[in-house]
Amino acid sequence: MSAGHGHRLHRPGDTLVHRLPPQCKLAAVIAFALTVVATPREWFAAFGAYALLLAGVALAARIPPGFVLRRMAVEIPFVLFAVAIPFIGTGERVAVAGLSLSVPGLWAAWNILAKATLGVAASILLAATTEPRLMLLGAQRLRLPPLLVQIAMFMLRYMDVVAGEMRRMRVARESRGFAARDVRHLPVVARSAGALFIRSYERGERVHLAMLSRGYTGSMPVVVDLAASARQWLVAAMLPGAALVALLGNWGMA
Amino acid sequence: MTASRRSEDGAAVSRRPEEVSAASLEVSRLAYAYPDGTQALFGVDLRVERGERVALLGPNGAGKTTLVLHLNGILTAGHGTVTVAGLPVAKESLLEIRRRVGLVFQDPDDQLFMPTVREDVAFGPANLGIRGEELQQRVEDALEQVGMLEAIDRPPHHLSFGQRRRVAVATVLAMEPEILVLDEPSSNLDPASRRELAEILRSLDVTVLMVTHDLPYALELCERSLILSGGVIAADGPTRELLADAELLAAHRLELPYGFTVA
Amino acid sequence: MHVPDGFFNAAVSVSAAAVAAAGVAVCLRGARRELDDRTAPMAGLVAAFVFAVQMLNFPVAAGTSGHLLGGALAAILVGPYTAVLCMAVVLLVQGFFFADGGLTALGVNITLMGLVTVLAGWGVFRLITRSLRGRTAITAASFAAALVSVPASALAFTLLFWIGGTAPVEIGTVAAAMGGVHVLIGIGEGLITAVTVGTVLATRPDLVYGARGLAAPLVLRGPGGESTVAPQAPAPAATPRPARPFLLAGAGVTLLLAGGVSHLASGDPDGLERVAEDEGFLGQATDHALGSWALADYGEVGGVPLWVVGPVGVGITLLVAGAVAYAARRRKGGAPGGTRETAEAAKTGGSVEAAETSKVGGAAKVGGTGGTGGTGGTAA
Repeated sequence: MSAGHGHRLHRPGDTLVHRLPPQCKLAAVIAFALTVVATPREWFAAFGAYALLLAGVALAARIPPGFVLRRMAVEIPFVLFAVAIPFIGTGERVAVAGLSLSVPGLWAAWNILAKATLGVAASILLAATTEPRLMLLGAQRLRLPPLLVQIAMFMLRYMDVVAGEMRRMRVARESRGFAARDVRHLPVVARSAGALFIRSYERGERVHLAMLSRGYTGSMPVVVDLAASARQWLVAAMLPGAALVALLGNWGMA
Repeated sequence: MTASRRSEDGAAVSRRPEEVSAASLEVSRLAYAYPDGTQALFGVDLRVERGERVALLGPNGAGKTTLVLHLNGILTAGHGTVTVAGLPVAKESLLEIRRRVGLVFQDPDDQLFMPTVREDVAFGPANLGIRGEELQQRVEDALEQVGMLEAIDRPPHHLSFGQRRRVAVATVLAMEPEILVLDEPSSNLDPASRRELAEILRSLDVTVLMVTHDLPYALELCERSLILSGGVIAADGPTRELLADAELLAAHRLELPYGFTVA
Repeated sequence: MHVPDGFFNAAVSVSAAAVAAAGVAVCLRGARRELDDRTAPMAGLVAAFVFAVQMLNFPVAAGTSGHLLGGALAAILVGPYTAVLCMAVVLLVQGFFFADGGLTALGVNITLMGLVTVLAGWGVFRLITRSLRGRTAITAASFAAALVSVPASALAFTLLFWIGGTAPVEIGTVAAAMGGVHVLIGIGEGLITAVTVGTVLATRPDLVYGARGLAAPLVLRGPGGESTVAPQAPAPAATPRPARPFLLAGAGVTLLLAGGVSHLASGDPDGLERVAEDEGFLGQATDHALGSWALADYGEVGGVPLWVVGPVGVGITLLVAGAVAYAARRRKGGAPGGTRETAEAAKTGGSVEAAETSKVGGAAKVGGTGGTGGTGGTAA
């Protein structure tokens, strides 16, 4: 199962990557992820090139490697799964250091690990260099339905509220000597969830009513000009473009 | 749509006699039940004339907040009508209704959510489609009226509570409302801020409906008061008379502060 | 359960993306009936809340812990259409802002954790509350709904894995592992969902979508005593209306996914033989570089090239979803009182609520499903 999302990923800065309009970055990352996923797993050189490309982006955005690595933790559940595949996989087996491993299993594990890692790293770089609010506006420019954008806007607003309430409630629980350790504590956690919901809702509801009362109709009125120039699109296209070149180059060699 | 209004509200003071034809606010036979069936309002009738300052008094759970949320169409009447300066509250006229009815919420932190005071005050008029020079002018005028112009570029959370409440009033004034509806304007204010806010409210040339259980504040600011109890208007009259009627107050769980008497 | 990039082959990823897109498109239409001024932030909150409870890991069995999915909870709190949108938003945000779940696997994730959990959860919930009423029934139904929704999602995962997982693991192993863990998680999810719904029901019943529809006559108190009137514009009532097209659409695309696309994609009459075939296939993979393309995996096995599988799958999915959406709209636009559902709406005093919320969703344009035109609202 997936690990927590304790921290926001955004890392403010003023670099070329940060300044790119969000819709360009979004499109670039999606195209990059598609390229990565479409790459045959035997083409190690192409994967190497992708990793270098991402490293280049991180460098340009002045995102330290440690920042990216720490946030790769979301991948851990699937890393565990990937590690298990060679053991439980079917097919031809090979002995490595006294362990009998499945060959197709090893390939599958490598495939999942490599692609998932590149995908996660690309998303982390995107999130690190793009303010959440702008990312949503960018998504809207890419024709994501406004209703989804609106829900996401509220979600971002509420997320801090919910997280804050959650922290307060945990402190209150633990300061009375409670810590969730096994399944018998579930009812306590469950009751907290109910209370958490009400508390968060009532905080956010008032803000929303106040917004409605001032004529809010579902979109923030003061809008930053998000128009992207052809040059900016070109800059953004460099990432998937270079990835595609690497892919095709590898094809030529294969 | 004629209201079966009570007759005691002779204290109405109209500052704009040329526009007296339509009342600022008219609520008629308003009833409302929440979607789960719990009924909160049982046929509310009230009328506020242009330029009046009226207090809406009532104990907790009387339906004050529910009523207020009907005034600008956040809740839709289950029965009855709400009319603001002649315009009925309906889905088609919501934006105009929300411009006309300026709601100031109890907790200024709910009202102020933008990074700076300027952006926050601009939020309302910007929603009305106002941009550029006119928007800036409105923002500055509104802040001027509440004496907060010097805080225009500060983040709201750096202001004192009393200052934040004044900015909250400004956010609504910037929309040039027909009627200002304040929910518990005096709560959590220290005596000085309380007095300053009263002075500001008195200086505004706008109809005011003040929802409160701070009876002395109602007496200080409003000549006329309504008591909302059990989902209906239980009394309507000069504030001084209502507050002098100990039996009436007790019947609706309203109490004057210790040592406070109304002559 | 957040599937990363590269976990499923392209045929499944593309088909699931089509299913997810069609599902979200249908829900964008449907959500206009559920959402209004006051419930729009509710959707945001539910999304944030689902996000938060997914962080809330709780111990399942020796050493493992699981997190909630939240689909059933969302459906009960904001209604099924909006719930799917909430789940989609959660997964989008997780994918783009938190790098959780692969971007190319978004379709799979939205299908598994959004569509399947909401469908299963809401289906069970409606089934129970149709015959039983009252708070206890709603709370109990919430428990059952959430309990079923999690293993249902795990089952769907297993199904997808069987169709097009990239890892050569026995389907039985996956089914046992996923099923076992998720039944346990389901119990936890059921408890938390029931308690949450119960709490909200006790303090703010107006916030529970699944508890709507109790529009009683209004009491008027005046100088002349009490009288009762029918509500003139009732709050949107949760008649069974939204459930049917939704269930139809859901059943349609799920069926399609399970049957049509998988069959097309694998071209394999006996799916259980897949793993064995895979073995042979993988054995010869090395001498043909293209053979192990994630994208080409399936085309090679089934003898059906991917460029046929993808568009055909997408096309059929869109067609079916479009047809369902169209049928749903026709049903809505039918003569008042013509169906049991509209009769119920009429009984509660009016049918204007549907068209009213178009302000929120009115700008929501969805392409390709045939579900865009018209307001979908009943004529007032």
